Amino acid sequence: MNLELFLITAAALFCVGLFGALTQQSIVMLMMGLELMLGGVILAAGAAWHHIAPGSVDGQVLIVVAITAMAVEMAIGFAVVTALFRSRELDMTDMAAELKE
Amino acid sequence: MVFRFDSMARATFSLLTSLLCVGGELIVLGLDYLGVVTVLMMTIEMAVMAVFMIMFMMNPAGLMPMTMMHNRRGAAVICALTFALLVAGILLAPWPRRRGRAPADPTLDLGNALMGPHMLTMTTLGMALFATIVSTVVLATRRGRYDRFGDELRAARPDDPVRGGVGR
Repeated sequence: MNLELFLITAAALFCVGLFGALTQQSIVMLMMGLELMLGGVILAAGAAWHHIAPGSVDGQVLIVVAITAMAVEMAIGFAVVTALFRSRELDMTDMAAELKE
Repeated sequence: MVFRFDSMARATFSLLTSLLCVGGELIVLGLDYLGVVTVLMMTIEMAVMAVFMIMFMMNPAGLMPMTMMHNRRGAAVICALTFALLVAGILLAPWPRRRGRAPADPTLDLGNALMGPHMLTMTTLGMALFATIVSTVVLATRRGRYDRFGDELRAARPDDPVRGGVGR
C-alpha cells in the first residue's frame, strides 16, 4: 500500500468517528466516535513516518501522544459519565444540555 | 458497523476490530512496539467500555430496535464534506519523497528520543496521566467535599458521619 491509500483509510476512519461523535445521543457511544477519530490520526502518523521520514522519530512520538490521548479521553469520559449518572441519572447528551443553563 | 448495531456488545467488538486493524497496520508499517501497544490497550479499553455501555445505556442488548442518533442528515453532510476535503488534500498534496532509512530498531530510537530530545513530551504526558488519575478519582468518588464539610467548606475538620483515613 502506498502513502495515499493509508491516508485515505485514515481519513475514512476519522470521518466515521466524526459521524459518530456528531450523531450519537449516548455519551459512551460519542466516546466511541472520538476513539475512532484518534485511531485515524494514529494510522496517518504511522503511514507518514514509514513513507516520508522513517529516519525521524517524530511520527512515532505523535503516535505515543495520540495513544495517551485515547487513554486519557476514555478515563475522563467514563468518570464524567459516572458523575453525571450519580448526580442526575442521565446518560444522554441531550439530557446533559441543561447543564449550560 | 460501529454505529449501525443496536447491540452494545456488537458495537464494542466492531470498534475493537477496527482499532485492532489500526494496530495491525502499524505492525505492517514496521512499528512493532507501537502496534502491539495499540492492540493490547484497545483490547482492555473496549472490555472496559463494554462494561460501561451495559451499565449506562438504555438498550444494552439491542433487543428493542431503536435509533439513538440525532441530527443524522446534517452530520452525514459534514462528514462527507470533510472526507471529500481530506481525500482531495491527500491526492493533490505534493508529498515529499522518502528521506532516510528505517532504523533497525525503531523502538530503541523512540525510547532514546523520549528520554532525550523529546523529554518535554514525555514529561507532559506523565503529568497529564497523573492529572487524569486524580481527576477520575475525584469525579467518580461518591462523597465530595460538600458531603463531608456541608456548608462549612473552610472548616478544619469535616463533619462527616463516616470517618476516612487509615485510623478510622
